Order: sequence, then C-alpha cells, then structure tokens
Amino acid sequence: MSPDIWMPLVFMGLMGLALLIYVVLDGYDLGVGMLMTGASDADKDRMVASIGPFWDANETWLVLGVGILLVAFPKAHGLILQALYLPVALMLIGLMLRGVAFDFRVKAQTQWKPLWNRAFMLGSLLTAASQGWMLARYITGFASGWGYTLFAAAIAMALAAAYALLGAGWLIMKTEGTLQALAVKRAKRVWPAVVLGLALVSLATPLVSPTVAARWFSMPALIALLPIPLMTAVALLALRALLNSHRVLGKLCWLPFALMVMVMLLGFLGLAYSLYPYVLIDRMTVWQAAAAPKSLAFILWGCAITVPAILAYTVFAYRVFWGKAGELSYA
Amino acid sequence: MDAFVLARMQFAANITFHILFPTINIALAWMLLFFRARWLATHDAAWLGAYRFWTKVFALSFALGVVSGITMSFQFGTNWPGFMERAGNIAGPLLGYEVLTAFFLEASFLGVMLFGHGRVSERIHLVATVLVAFGTSLSAFWILSLNSWMQTPQGFEIINGEFHALDWWAVIFSPSFPYRLAHKLLASGLTVAFMLAGVSAWQLLRHKAQAWTALVLRVGLTLGALLIPLQIMVGDMHGLNTLKYQPAKIAAMEGVWQTERGAPLLLFAWPNETTRSNDLAVGIPNMASLILTHERTGEVRGLDEFKGAHPPVKPLFFGFRVMVGTGLLMLLASWLGLWLFWRRQWRPERLPRLLLQSLAWMSFSGWLATVAGWYVTEIGRQPFIVYGLLRSSEVASNTPSATIALTLACYVTLYLALITAYISVIKYMAGKPVDAGPVEPLPTPGLNPGGAA
Repeated sequence: MSPDIWMPLVFMGLMGLALLIYVVLDGYDLGVGMLMTGASDADKDRMVASIGPFWDANETWLVLGVGILLVAFPKAHGLILQALYLPVALMLIGLMLRGVAFDFRVKAQTQWKPLWNRAFMLGSLLTAASQGWMLARYITGFASGWGYTLFAAAIAMALAAAYALLGAGWLIMKTEGTLQALAVKRAKRVWPAVVLGLALVSLATPLVSPTVAARWFSMPALIALLPIPLMTAVALLALRALLNSHRVLGKLCWLPFALMVMVMLLGFLGLAYSLYPYVLIDRMTVWQAAAAPKSLAFILWGCAITVPAILAYTVFAYRVFWGKAGELSYA
Repeated sequence: MDAFVLARMQFAANITFHILFPTINIALAWMLLFFRARWLATHDAAWLGAYRFWTKVFALSFALGVVSGITMSFQFGTNWPGFMERAGNIAGPLLGYEVLTAFFLEASFLGVMLFGHGRVSERIHLVATVLVAFGTSLSAFWILSLNSWMQTPQGFEIINGEFHALDWWAVIFSPSFPYRLAHKLLASGLTVAFMLAGVSAWQLLRHKAQAWTALVLRVGLTLGALLIPLQIMVGDMHGLNTLKYQPAKIAAMEGVWQTERGAPLLLFAWPNETTRSNDLAVGIPNMASLILTHERTGEVRGLDEFKGAHPPVKPLFFGFRVMVGTGLLMLLASWLGLWLFWRRQWRPERLPRLLLQSLAWMSFSGWLATVAGWYVTEIGRQPFIVYGLLRSSEVASNTPSATIALTLACYVTLYLALITAYISVIKYMAGKPVDAGPVEPLPTPGLNPGGAA
C-alpha cells in the first residue's frame, strides 16, 4: 500500500484515539463538574480535589484531536469548524469558565467562591452539552431542518448525562463516605437518560443517513456487528445492578467507572464503523481531505515518538495520584 | 462591519488575551525552579515562602493560559479556514509538534508539580518542575517558529495555490525566528521581573510584607536590570532583520513615507494616511538612519514604495513607541532601583516611597510592552497572513457577520471579566497573611506515608 493510502488512515485512527481518550478523561471531569450542583460545600471541595491534578492534561487531548484534524485533514478542518461555529464558541466559553474556576474558586475572596462554583458547574454543563450538539450535527452531516435541531438538542442532553454518569463512576472510585453515597444516588438518577440517549443515537443515525443504514443493516454485517449493541446493553445493565449493591462502596468501587468507559468505547467503535472512511459523512473521505504526504510523514515521525511518551507519563501522573483523593495543597 | 474585520477583531482579542499568560508562565516556571533550588540549597524558609506564593500565581496564570490557548486552536479553523486549506501543510505540523512535545508535557507534570506534596520525592518534584518549565519554553519555540515562518516564509513551494514544504529545517528556522524567539523569551523574563518587583513593592507599601518580600524584590530588580540591556540589543537586531525582510513594516514603525537618506527618529508625530505624510512631527535628525543602517546618511525605504501592500501606519507607529518607551522606563526603574537597594544595604524599609510606588505601578508593564510589540509585528504583517504571498482577506471565514459579532461580544466580555478577576485576586493574595505550611523538604519515597496507595 502506498503512503498516500495508509497515512491518512493512520491519522484518522490517531484522531479517533485522541478524541476517545478526551471524551473519557475530560468526560469524567465535566461530569464531576455538573454533579457539583446541590452538593455541600465540603463535598464540592473534595469533588474538585479528585480531578484537580488531571483536568489540564485531560483537556489537552481535545487540542490533540482538533490538532490532528488540522494537521492531517486541513480541508475538512475549516469546513467542520465553520459549520460548527456557534457550538464551538459556546464550548470554548464553557471550557474557559470551568478551567479558570478551578483556580479562582480557591484563590479569590471567600465571598466570591459560590459564584466561581456556579461558573464551574455552568461551564461543565455548557461544554458537555455543546459537545453533544456538535456530535449530532457532525453525524447528520450538518443537515438543516427542525427535526435535526431536535435531534441535536436530544444528543446534547444525552452526552451531558453520559458524562455525569462517568463522573459519578469516577467519584465512586476516588472518594469515600457521604460523597461516595451521593455519587451512587446521582448515578442512579442519570442512568435512564444515558440509556435513552444511546438508544436514540443508535436508532436515529441510520434513519438520517442512508449510508449508515446500508452499512449496518446488510446481512452478514448485521450479525458480525451485533456484539457492539449487545455488549453495550450488558454493560449498562450490569452498571445499574451494581449501583444497588453495597459492594460498589468497597472493593468494586472501580467497576462502575470501568463499565462506563466500556460503554463509551463501544459507542465510539459503532460510530467509527458508521463513518469510515469519511471525515465528513457522504461528502469527503479521509483521502480527499488529507494534507500533503510530505507533511503527514513529517508529523507521523513525531507522533511515533511522542505519543507513546505522552501515554507513559500520563500513566505516571495517574499513578502519583492513585487511590482515594486527598485534600489538595501546594508542594 | 464586514465579517473579515470582525473575524480579525475576534482573533486579535483572543490572541491578545492569551499572550498575557504565557508571557508570565514561561519565565515564572523557571523562577519557581530557582526559588525551590535556593530553598533546598540554603534551607532559608523565605525562599520556600516565595516559592509557595508565586506557585499560586503561576497556577492561576497557567489556567488562564490553557483555556485561552484552547480557544485559539479552534479559532484558526473557525476564523481563518482558508489559511489551513492553503498553508495547512506548513502550519499544521508546527502546531502539531507544539501539542505533542510541549502541551502534554507541561499539562501532565503540572499536577505533580502543584499537588505532588507527600506523594513524590523532592527529586521527582524538581524534575516535574523542570519539565513544566521546559514545556512552556518549548511551546514558545514552536508557536514562534510558525509565526516567524508567516513573517519570513522560506523552504516551501506553491502547487495549485497550496504551500508544500521542501525543507523542514528551513521552515522551522526561518530568518526572523532566532530574533523573535530571543525577543519573546526576554520579554517573558522582563514581564516576570517587574511583576515580582512590583507585587513586592506593593506589599511593602501596604505593610503587608512577608518574610520573602524583600528577597523577591531583589530578585525581580536584579533580573530586570540584567535582562533589559540584552533586550534592547536583541530588539535592535530584530529590527535590522525586519528591515531586511519586511522593509514596509519598518517604514510604518518609523513613519517614513518617502524613501530618504538621513531619516530622522520621530519622537512624536501623527501619521496621516490620506496625505501620506506626518502631521506635528518632532524628531532627532538622522537618528532613524543611524539606528537602522548604522550610518548617519543611510537610506531608509519609504511607504510609497509599497503602496497597496503596506500595513496601516498609526498602530505600528504608536505601538512601537509604546514598546520602546516602556522598555526605557524598565531600564531606568530596574537600574535605579537596584542601585538604591544596594546602597541601602538591601533594607527595603529604607527605600524611597516613590521608587516603591513606581515599581508597584509597573507590575504589569511587561504586558503593555509585550502587547504593543506584538501589535507592531502582527499588524505589520498585514495585509498579508503569509508575508508577501497570501493575503488575510483571501483566507477569511464566510460565517455571517452577525454571528461573529455576537460571539465577539461574548468573548470580550468574558476576557475583561477574567483580567479584572485575575489582577484583583493577585492583589488579594498578596495582601493576605501567609498560610502556615510544612517547612520540611518533601520526604524521600521510602518514608512516604501518603504516597501511592
């Protein structure tokens, strides 16, 4: 295979990987941010402490994802970001509010703390919802019409719910006591929304795109693909059952998070299968959008060296802060 | 207003807001390393206090830098889609390398640097601090490499209107890059120097001085006094480099409309684009020629040679004077301050109030000079986005102007609120009594009770 063929594919894989890692990692951050609503002040502090050392690096995966879009598929980059101009702006404002609130809420005068907490929660919600909106707009090929707008609104809520469930899983794993119990309660509450949202995406995507429908509902493919929805269903049911068990507070505290990561991985695989090899569905393939082979080769070398290094020190950072989250104080 | 102007305003607003924070972080990270190392070497708790306080400022600045940087990475696509379509083969990899080599490095080790207490050894903590500092500097390397290529492009060919790299080495190290990088890193050092000195001076004036305040004042003044002559030298070299590659920019900075020998250095003037001449000009004869060509009667090319392809004159003319003026003020303040401080046996209470007041007012003077300088160089590249080759208007977004205006309003409101919050929180933290913290070095891993469980 010539490099013109395989390099764009490699970059599509890398972009997918970066976005998947982003959705999982910043997903739990944003989820925790949303779950702060209604929690006590002490719990809010502990919630922020559980994500404090990680959020910045987690957010960087988004920069890598959009960076690869820009580096490898410059022609699609402009088209996609222009079509998503408004939701991108909303997401950026959300990310800004959330990111700066991390520091301002503890450094500003105490009377401002509630305001920064609110900025934290609102920023997390705004980011999650606008990402869901963008996902919906993207998989429908930016089609217009009120049905599509409604679909986008539903997915915006669904992704926010999924992040909240992931965040609850993170809190169950990283905290103890009342906060952990609160996280279990919240997880139970958002679970139905996640199930509903996932069902909606799965049903709506083939409906709005004949390409996707043909890909899933042709005969041998359908059977080969069946494990994806089945495993997702099993994972979600197991997650729900687990929330009723007291063992989720002890030894199995990591399992809800792990199951939710699995759900997101499966959802991602399903989506990847639906879209491949398009970078813009039915309009532009990865090969049409790809940058010059020379540029791809130059950056591929860098990726081959740096991505494993990044993964290694990400693991290192998580290991340093392994176990239940403590109070955050400067070294 | 048309969409192109609004898109430029929006991008300018964002990039102006963003640059404030990396300008602090690049040098402050190295300063923190210095404070920490001094503490480990001397066991003087004042150094640790300085480290702790300025770490808070660093964390806050870092968060603001990160979020505004993410915004920028998206605005390349939302505001200048054509740029990536035409020059993506060059710009993409440089930005890509910034993310891969620098962003992840600083972001990943920041957590360990800030919150590693009780979890890692002193040595690992130092390594994390070095990596964060190195990451911030490396990030400047890549982004300035791209910016310099846009100013002085080389190492490419154009096929069907798209740029293709021929020689990556030439692309990365374009002619203006070494000067721009040195100029920016020194600007960061000076910004931090005056922030350290200014905040310390403010604490002394308000009787909120901490154990480390005098120490930090001395470090800030020393750093400023060391870097400012270097900066003036590098700035001059950068100017000569610009004269060679972008003479129209220099002509606008100096307000030279017609090519002349023995051009005067204008101290003040009101450049008039309609008459294409200066009103109210006051200048030193032959001085501009002397500075630019190092010859009293050297020839300086005028704007009339670049009609239709030169930048607007006023922002460059005034921006340049603001930057140089601030630089000269920095020279005066740091040298005078350091000399007085030395004469008074490093006893801050003996320093004249006027000096402390001036330093306090100059806390953010680095921002002023930096932003003015960036306006000169960036507006000075107009009307091109890639100098001489690709016009900004050719690559603009076709998003409706109402949409851009609406989001611009949101961004600007948010940025102003955040800058206000940032400065007021720094003031608040500087005036607050110290939080008592442990003053022992971090434990070694073997004796680490709170470590990886």
